[in-house]
Amino acid sequence: MIEWLKKMLGTQNSSSTAKERLRLVLMTDHLALAPEIIENMKRDLVDVISRYVEVDREKVEIDFEREDRALAMMASIPIIAVNRPTGGGDDGEKPPVTNERAQAEATASPSTASPSGVSASANASAEPPKRRRRRKQPSGKPATAH
Amino acid sequence: MSGRRIVITSGKGGVGKTTTTANLGAALAKRGARVILVDADIGLRNLDLVLGLEKRIVFDVVEVAEGRCQLRQALIKDKRFESLSILPAAQTRDKDAITQEQFAAIVEQAAELADYVLIDCPAGIEAGFRNAIAGAKEAIVVTTPEVSAIRDADRVVGKLNDKQIPIRLIVNRLRPAMVKSGDMLSVDDVCEILAVELLGIVPDDEEIIDTTNRGEPVVLDESAKLRVIYDKIARRLEGEVVPFTNFDSQGLFGRLFGALKAG
Repeated sequence: MIEWLKKMLGTQNSSSTAKERLRLVLMTDHLALAPEIIENMKRDLVDVISRYVEVDREKVEIDFEREDRALAMMASIPIIAVNRPTGGGDDGEKPPVTNERAQAEATASPSTASPSGVSASANASAEPPKRRRRRKQPSGKPATAH
Repeated sequence: MSGRRIVITSGKGGVGKTTTTANLGAALAKRGARVILVDADIGLRNLDLVLGLEKRIVFDVVEVAEGRCQLRQALIKDKRFESLSILPAAQTRDKDAITQEQFAAIVEQAAELADYVLIDCPAGIEAGFRNAIAGAKEAIVVTTPEVSAIRDADRVVGKLNDKQIPIRLIVNRLRPAMVKSGDMLSVDDVCEILAVELLGIVPDDEEIIDTTNRGEPVVLDESAKLRVIYDKIARRLEGEVVPFTNFDSQGLFGRLFGALKAG
């Protein structure tokens, strides 16, 4: 009878609730216990994104938030510059090439390039990317990935 | 050939580690195996009490570690089972009175004298836990179908995985009627969440309180329903393929105990 009533009212059995809560809490526990997973994921994530845009690696932040029924990953990835689209380059071959270049740029530009070169390139790319960045991250909110 | 060294652990306290150790040990001994039960809960000695051997303690595991007596002198033989004995914990010492190396050495020595060395691990994941798993080659994780017990069991599973100790699971105090009505996690749920191989399912039963009060292993009582349960677990441990009683299916509560009586 109680079971029937519960079904009618649409309330969840406490065992399903327990299972769902456990699933979430264990995911959170496992992430908290393995910081290297998060670091590796952060690195890989930035590597992939760096193929397309220049990212401020130092300021990348990754957080996990529990929502109603899922664990959500919140990544805040500040974009410094957007690579100018290059002519040609088909989809199939493009990623590995740009990957290498993006990585090289990301590591090289802050440290090795001459001061004048850095400022020049930063100035040159500062205006248009800013506008684009705003569009990508409305009101400074971090991008959300599920 | 030295015996198997199995730690019985859970993370959370009060889920039935000591009761499981005592009854599984007794079930194995009843089947003819030589069994030594080691109480690793230094400062909170209880295995002796559960087995009704509390009056016969002379030496304890810390005294063995300190070389004040031989292992054989500290072992207490259970009169009811020829081949069962226990190595008591020290009651008035701290967990740090013994090192991991000392503990592992004692377990190894005990394994020379027995087919099974079952180590009753203290609750928690600190020094006492590290001592208890130091000499173990296998682990039995005991949990109840409750969120807190399962979360703690998961922590322990992680630690045992790090040490590459193979694990099997006992789900203790299952209430089939509650599982059926959806008010308790099922054995399948627990196994799925913890991703550990199942060794046994022990239903919640007042029998265990009664036998523990008396200091008698439940496997001694021929009419006890739980006797069959622990015997099945012992047989699985010995490598026999014993089908699990299906506690989760419909209309089971009545049939379950009918089936248990039938053996």
